[in-house]
Amino acid sequence: MEQGGAMSETRYDYGGDEYLLVVFSEAMDLAINFKLLSICREIERRRIPGVIEVCPANASYLVHFRPEETHPDALIRTLKDLEREIRSAETLPSRLVDIPVLFDDPWTQECAKRFADRHQDPSVSNLEYLMRVNGYSSKEEFITAYCDRPYWISMVGFVPGTAWCYRMCPPEQAIQAPKYIRPRTDTPERAVAHAGVFLCIYPVQGPGGYQMIGMSAVPVYDPEERLPDLQGRYILASAGDRWQFRPIDMDEYRDIRSQVEAGSYRYRIIEQDFHPGEYMRDPEHYLKRLQEETAHAERP
Amino acid sequence: MLNVLEPGLLTTIQDLGRLHWYHIGMPPSGALDNFAFRAGNLLVGNPEDAAGLEVTYSGPSFEVTSAGLIAVTGADIAFTINNQPAAQWRAHALHPGDRVSLGGVRRGARAYVCLAGGITVSERLGSRSTYMLGRFGGLDGRKLEAGDCLPLGTPHTSPDAMLGRTLDSALIPVPQKELEVRVVMGMCSHRVAPESLRDFLAANWEVSTEADRIGYRLKGPTFEFNAGEQPFGAGADPSNVVDLGYPIGSIQIPGGLEAIVLLNDAVTGGGYTTIGTVITADLDLIAQASPGGHMRFHEVTINEALQARREREARLELIRLELGLFDQAGMLGQ
Repeated sequence: MEQGGAMSETRYDYGGDEYLLVVFSEAMDLAINFKLLSICREIERRRIPGVIEVCPANASYLVHFRPEETHPDALIRTLKDLEREIRSAETLPSRLVDIPVLFDDPWTQECAKRFADRHQDPSVSNLEYLMRVNGYSSKEEFITAYCDRPYWISMVGFVPGTAWCYRMCPPEQAIQAPKYIRPRTDTPERAVAHAGVFLCIYPVQGPGGYQMIGMSAVPVYDPEERLPDLQGRYILASAGDRWQFRPIDMDEYRDIRSQVEAGSYRYRIIEQDFHPGEYMRDPEHYLKRLQEETAHAERP
Repeated sequence: MLNVLEPGLLTTIQDLGRLHWYHIGMPPSGALDNFAFRAGNLLVGNPEDAAGLEVTYSGPSFEVTSAGLIAVTGADIAFTINNQPAAQWRAHALHPGDRVSLGGVRRGARAYVCLAGGITVSERLGSRSTYMLGRFGGLDGRKLEAGDCLPLGTPHTSPDAMLGRTLDSALIPVPQKELEVRVVMGMCSHRVAPESLRDFLAANWEVSTEADRIGYRLKGPTFEFNAGEQPFGAGADPSNVVDLGYPIGSIQIPGGLEAIVLLNDAVTGGGYTTIGTVITADLDLIAQASPGGHMRFHEVTINEALQARREREARLELIRLELGLFDQAGMLGQ
């Protein structure tokens, strides 16, 4: 089940006296992410003594623990046993979330102009740059391709609500881009951006190095819990969710923004279990089937 | 109530931090100098996790509206009550209308103000700690401003019983200009050339001006990486890895050009090579480092790190014991 780039053996290492880092692969690999999400769920479920929490990442996970309650070496043994027990990913609870995006927006373009000196090619917009390095010449064609399938949330972190979104396609079809040569000191909140093989939405205004290509109309972090769907959870993303990006125009963007500002916006979320095994057998077919299921489940 | 007259350079409400939320990208926050903060709470008879103020470089002045106790620990700082100099690491009485002022730090970077009963702003996700980048916790997720009014809790024990409580000077850490910091090497260090790892452990690193609660950027030798193709999804730069979790205290080397030690307001994960983690006990030392200061890293084993952790707890236990003895002697004397 493991694909190219995977190491033969999982690496367990200390992150000082309170953390363990468990690395399954040096390379990004969806199959490995599915499996480690299953393992992380099981660690949480078993309430292993001394474990404070587990943080899944793209091809690794981090465990925060209290060494007063478990020696790290004993914890490593427990985790290795658990890894042997869980050979492959089981069914993962997953949510399909609609993310309306205004591509080619004025705000990220203005920001890109301010930091032109840090970019590979300041003569074009970040979007045009991303198109060019991936062999696209038409904006419409690129945006259609970019949004033609859901993105898998393989990791959450950095700041609250940042989600690593991985386009659900074979590695050779991945859309890729380098980061800025030097990171910007500013990025607008809700900027949609791409670097490496990942898309992300900036939860808060701040520094960043991803190529900015649009603005999400909806927030991914809500510290004041103003939106009903984010009450008690603060952030939109969960590892194992799928986000479907939907291109919108300025009118729809403004309409959704006013609903968000009023605190009345409801995210379009469909709960839908995900079967990694079926995806791995035939990704295109399985994604199509899920899409058909959601067409039925869509709220009227 | 505590009424803020002058906020100081950067004063935030902190306690021992917010656990269990690292997986959503929410760092623990909490007092950076854990030992000084807990000792301060013990001096005024608080539980160790009661919320207090973390003062950075230059302190606030404030007025209290009720009687209580105060202790100031951490960095060496000018500290007065009603314009009268007051000793640090000691419990002082406060009366309604008393004015407390902290000046600039003389040594170290962060001082802690602990008040009997603690600061009782509402908890967010189980903690009162301020996380400024995420606009979360403390007072509206921000640093203090003039005019802020902070609620204080009811002291757990009679303030009179604790007046004058102080610590044996041997238990009071003195902030150093040249730090010796212990580190457990590993994580992604196998990507780095062995001679660069040797240089890392040999160098005297300088604290840059970018040193805050998120992390300390250090200036020193650059790093070379082992040759090899970048893994799929890692990014083009040899310092890039497929994004992973960053422990608190972890040391990352973006571009191989500098070293960053992440502290309590850390970014919880990302795509830079991490080469090791500062042991918990020594994060307190970094909390007291300021730009221009220096530090050297010493590699230790996991068991040495755990031993250092036990030693720090033992020092706190001595403080509890000493304060308990003081209280007993006080009662006997009455």
